[in-house]
Amino acid sequence: MYKIVVLVKQVPDTHNITANAMKEDGTVNRAALPTIFNPEDLNALEAALEIKDKFGAEVTAITMGPPAAADVLRECLYRGADKVILLTDRAFAGADTLATSYVISEAIKKLGKVDIVFAGRQAIDGDTAQVGPQTAEKLDIPQIGYMLELKSLKKDVIEVKRAIENGVEVVKCKLPVLITVTEQTNTPRFPSAKKVAVYKKAMTKSEINKIDPNQSYIDPSKYSEEYLRNKGLLIEEWGLNDLKLDPSMCGFAGSPTKVYKIDSVVLEAKETKNYEPTFEGVSTLIHELIQQHIIG
Amino acid sequence: MSREVWVFIEHNNEKVLDVSKELLSEGRRLADTLKSELCGIILGDDNKKFYKEVFGFKTDKIYSIEHKELKDFRALPYTTNIVNASKKFNPYIILFGATLTGRELAPRVASKLRCGLTADCTELKIGDYTQPGPQPKVYKDLLLQIRPAFGGNIIATIVNPEMHPQMATVRPGVMKMNEIVKFEGKVINVEPVIEEKDLVLTIVEKIKQEKKVNLTGASIIVAGGMGVGSKENFKLIEELAKVLGGEVGASRAAVDAGWIHKDHQVGQTGVTVRPKLYIACGISGSVQHLAGMIESKQIVAINKDPEADIMKVAHYKIVGDLTKVIPMMIKAYKEKV
Ligand SMILES: Cc1cc2nc3c(=O)[nH]c(=O)nc-3n(C[C@H](O)[C@H](O)[C@H](O)COP(=O)(O)OP(=O)(O)OC[C@H]3O[C@@H](n4cnc5c(N)ncnc54)[C@H](O)[C@@H]3O)c2cc1C
Repeated sequence: MYKIVVLVKQVPDTHNITANAMKEDGTVNRAALPTIFNPEDLNALEAALEIKDKFGAEVTAITMGPPAAADVLRECLYRGADKVILLTDRAFAGADTLATSYVISEAIKKLGKVDIVFAGRQAIDGDTAQVGPQTAEKLDIPQIGYMLELKSLKKDVIEVKRAIENGVEVVKCKLPVLITVTEQTNTPRFPSAKKVAVYKKAMTKSEINKIDPNQSYIDPSKYSEEYLRNKGLLIEEWGLNDLKLDPSMCGFAGSPTKVYKIDSVVLEAKETKNYEPTFEGVSTLIHELIQQHIIG
Repeated sequence: MSREVWVFIEHNNEKVLDVSKELLSEGRRLADTLKSELCGIILGDDNKKFYKEVFGFKTDKIYSIEHKELKDFRALPYTTNIVNASKKFNPYIILFGATLTGRELAPRVASKLRCGLTADCTELKIGDYTQPGPQPKVYKDLLLQIRPAFGGNIIATIVNPEMHPQMATVRPGVMKMNEIVKFEGKVINVEPVIEEKDLVLTIVEKIKQEKKVNLTGASIIVAGGMGVGSKENFKLIEELAKVLGGEVGASRAAVDAGWIHKDHQVGQTGVTVRPKLYIACGISGSVQHLAGMIESKQIVAINKDPEADIMKVAHYKIVGDLTKVIPMMIKAYKEKV
């Protein structure tokens, strides 16, 4: 059975960014933004689940983020992931892609033998497309970017069609390998109603701790780590100490890139010439463009 | 200390890609500011054919790494060889095109060298940076890496104060390409490093699909957005483009609607263009769209909504219904010439 890891991320929904999500100094008020499952990570999960359906595999989804990122891990369980892990620690905050891939790669190493790591090409909050390749480098395994189609998987050799600059390419690679997936690769499945019914109760330790046992409708025995673990409903949380990480390589401290400044996007108010939407107006514009040698 | 500015020269075994020439042009400017040298690093199996073109951007040095295993791009052997050369010659800056290749290669190299990398920069500058803290520390002459972030809603300036080289990628079409001049620099042949473990991935088949549209090279672009309304109406955009001798562009919304192929998409996740004339029809002017066309010399906006953001960046505007305005433009143009 193949062991597959999928990297997922919870991201602010930059599609629906509105004025009230911007602070006065031009920075983004993350708290005011709804969060979503990073779109291309759903494609990565789908790629893993398709292999599971066809060849048999154990699929583990990993995310690094704040405690609230447990949401995307539940989404993975709803779709068919077997195991999910949340990498969370104050020490991980402020990480750039290098520090992020360090933590993720150490978590993957802790899982033991892994055959394939799938990652979405990029996350919509940064669009960097760096964490996939950097995680592959830290694991010292090859990478295949922009998978379009899985051609074959035979024992420990995978054949993949992928996009390259000005074309496509079929490559063959010995496992283990990290593969990045795009929105063109596949169509992600919907959550299964049956799985939602089971896994909506899945929780992390932090979430258990937040529950007020004095609420009358709460049965405290059902909200212990042990109870949930036995039921297969405990979402594992790994931090700095669980992974025995070097704090100087995590989070802000471990990030070589620093944000010097942030500017809000200001649209320049240029001098604009206005033309009427009449034949006369349009003709005047065309005439002007020809005069200026812009067209003609 | 060396302050060399390196540009990774991307090629398809026949010619150097435009993005590398754009980066050489930009790299020349940075190297001049730093009073240092501009260098190209070429990996391949027969690099000589690229020398003249690379030197044509006043490139002081070419680092050439040749081996038959380096003929086509593969992330592992390419990473090993760039890392090896970087350790040997200590560049101050390395720039990559943000092509599919560059975006796969640069992160791997940065990870191996443990240095910072900023993707998709839209502007590069040299400047000083003061690290805040109880004892502020000043770093002189850093590479200021400027890029849109958060889906284009903000512009961030990133620096890599400590861990060098400073690395950045830049998308095709963003930097201006200089004219090629006659110039002869120095070639330094670097011994290739070919390790068995880097060759676990093999290329079975390569199928070239040249993009049919050349938006980056077009001097006139007529672009349609959601306001065009239908696939049928999109023919108006195509007709105006044809009459003016331009290319067809589109917003992502128009692409998503299925009115036109993705190759025509302008913007943050499409192509970056800087034509002489950009005619935006029924496009609202989202930050993501503007990111791809704001550098156009002249912008004409046709929109029903006088308050649309595209109107704020337009040099010429017509407030009106494009289905009426465009046919009039075609007619007016045909009458004038
Ligand atoms: C991560 C990310 C990346 C993105 N990348 C890109 C990108 O690369 N390129 C891109 O374009 N978008 C991109 N987008 C999408 C972008 O946010 C906008 O949704 C998109 O650009 C809107 O397209 P539009 O202007 O055509 O549509 P709309 O915003 O719907 O605007 C339509 C306009 O048409 C006008 N109109 C309507 N009818 C008429 C008429 N009859 N005559 C004249 N005017 C009319 C309206 O007044 C309106 O201004 C991206 C978004 C995200 C989140």
